[in-house]
Amino acid sequence: MTEKSNKVLDNNLTKLVNQPYKYGFSTNIEKDRIEKGLNEDIVRLISKKKNEPAFMLNFRLKAFKQWKKLQAPTWAQLKIPKINFQDVTYYSAPKFKKKLNSLDEVDPELLETFEKLGISLTEQKRLTNVAVDAVFDSVSIGTTFRKELAEYGVIFCSISEALQEYPELLEKYLGTVVPIGDNYFTALNSAVFTDGSFCFIPKNVRCPLDLSTYFRINDQQAGQFERTLIVAEENSYVSYLEGCTAPQYDDNQLHAAVVELIALKNAEIKYSTVQNWYAGNEEGKGGIYNFVTKRGLCSGKNSKISWTQVETGSSITWKYPSCILVGDNSKGEFYSVALTNNYQQADTGSKMNHIGKNTKSRIVSKGISAGNSKNSYRGLVNINQKATGSRNYSQCDSLLIGNSSNANTFPFISVQNSTTKVEHEASTSKIGEEQIFYFLQRGISIEKAVELIISGFCKDVFTELPLEFAAEADRLLSLKLEGSVG
Amino acid sequence: MVQIKPILEIENLNASINDIKILNNLNLKIYPGEIHAIMGRNGSGKSTFSKIVAGHPAYNVVDGDIRFKGKSILNLEPEERSHLGIFLAFQYPIEIPGVSNEDFLRLAYNSKMKSQNKPELDPIEFLGYISKKLEIVQMDPVFLTRNVNEGFSGGEKKRNEILQFALLDSDLAILDETDSGLDIDALKIISSGINKLMNENKSIILITHYQRLLDYIKPDYIHVMQKGEIIKTGTSELAKELEIKGYEWLKKKKVN
Repeated sequence: MTEKSNKVLDNNLTKLVNQPYKYGFSTNIEKDRIEKGLNEDIVRLISKKKNEPAFMLNFRLKAFKQWKKLQAPTWAQLKIPKINFQDVTYYSAPKFKKKLNSLDEVDPELLETFEKLGISLTEQKRLTNVAVDAVFDSVSIGTTFRKELAEYGVIFCSISEALQEYPELLEKYLGTVVPIGDNYFTALNSAVFTDGSFCFIPKNVRCPLDLSTYFRINDQQAGQFERTLIVAEENSYVSYLEGCTAPQYDDNQLHAAVVELIALKNAEIKYSTVQNWYAGNEEGKGGIYNFVTKRGLCSGKNSKISWTQVETGSSITWKYPSCILVGDNSKGEFYSVALTNNYQQADTGSKMNHIGKNTKSRIVSKGISAGNSKNSYRGLVNINQKATGSRNYSQCDSLLIGNSSNANTFPFISVQNSTTKVEHEASTSKIGEEQIFYFLQRGISIEKAVELIISGFCKDVFTELPLEFAAEADRLLSLKLEGSVG
Repeated sequence: MVQIKPILEIENLNASINDIKILNNLNLKIYPGEIHAIMGRNGSGKSTFSKIVAGHPAYNVVDGDIRFKGKSILNLEPEERSHLGIFLAFQYPIEIPGVSNEDFLRLAYNSKMKSQNKPELDPIEFLGYISKKLEIVQMDPVFLTRNVNEGFSGGEKKRNEILQFALLDSDLAILDETDSGLDIDALKIISSGINKLMNENKSIILITHYQRLLDYIKPDYIHVMQKGEIIKTGTSELAKELEIKGYEWLKKKKVN
């Protein structure tokens, strides 16, 4: 390759990856917003606004106390600017004029916002095979198919509603997988979380619909701290999807979420994410700081938790969806595509903690870095002394676009018994000139060529996504990378 | 009488890579229905020449012109040249992990159809279309489902190249050492495929080291290339002479 052709290729690829963000609009709506800053009074105020039971307030106060003592983690391969936590608004919600009886009564402005994002909430237009919980800044504005799901005993609602209606379930499970003081950001989230989704699948029920939450950050000054809790009782199954977008602002918004999954005996939870928070502009200005703790507990025998994520947004991503495999023969999976461009930084991966006998885990991670971005895979496979007969397979592939991007892999493996089998494979490749020329010579444009190479690279992960989501993810990467498509 | 126009005209072509001159005053005219063979030592500029005609961005054309069907193509992108009817069978076809051959072939075909405002084929229609083409190179349909060239043997890769020539039905095919790495059976199959594709409207440039290929595909002209220029042109007799004498005698002649 010559310097000249290198430049041509680089320019072409850079042009492709610099497509405008489609979801960058903001909604002008009257807000109920509390003053900036974080102290005990704010924590109490949030709890009061949500009219929470006493255990919840205690949970929050305990978390806040811990948070003050904790330090932000520094081990990730990320350059995180100093965040002024006193300069963030911790509660911002659209003002509702009256109590809503149905989703059709939601402010048309809000419905239109979600409409624009491709999520219809009204009775006539909503998706027929997916139940949606729509979260706007700090609150859920509604959940579709609640009644229909209730007939199966499935609970799917916002976590605020769950605190009112099912406090005993929340008290039992909240914070059991991700303890309050697990890390700096979980403590923060536990103190100030405002909404999120709660799913409960009772014994012997296969959830008839995919459940989905769509998170939208709208307020320029507000952080979003959501909390998701999914409990699958014995012999149950649920597939849950999560999507996220945010407007295009010049300054950064903070997003610190906690997701907890619990699978009892023979239960299976499939959790899929398409994360497309605003990533900042070409110079790296603006964008979401995304600090997320996601963890699943396979507590029962033969239970299974599977994480699939497509991470394309955020200026900074710090996220390691994990599985704790306690039940014998339980299974954990992690499939990930992380795309970074411009000055985005992602440090993401998974932890698989094998505790029960014959537990299995599988990690497939695909990182794509373009522009000046940094993309790191960080993984921990920990196999305990008692986890005899366990297996892990990890595969980490990186694809580089252009000459200024950066890809790292940090796999940690710890095995404490001799009957275990652990495999790790890794590769790094680059979209090269000769590869592109081959496509061009056959009359295929560079946009299509890159699209095909990328979607081929991600195939192992995309096949794990629910059907509509797979199409969505493919389209999303196309938008981010290939431009002319869609 | 109708005057037949050349399909490819190369006029005083000078090209370089990283400021190193690699083609010197190259001249070549090819008419429809003709097969030309270009022979020469390793590093004489044969593969470079093919890539320059196809529009590889690494090379700079310093002087001269390349005309295809009467029009200069120097300012055209590689994909535009492809749409016009220039095909290059690569010496070392590249592997494309994760991309199925079938998808790749369909996209190539449909890109060409689109450029000519013709209807594109959906996957099922395409499967019918490509199946017939597979027979030309006696290729097993299982190769459609595999990733492009990934894990293909040398011979399978070359067959896949000729399959693409058949698929795109290009007017000018430059076959860069399509015979290298083939056993005798594969050579026969591929040669017979190429002969089937050839007709009076098409032209082929064969780049090869060996007389062997020319036993199966009969060229009208043979050119010998050395240091980026054509130093001798002859008929198929020349190839036999080269086989016996090598290239050395030509070099001497040039000095005299």
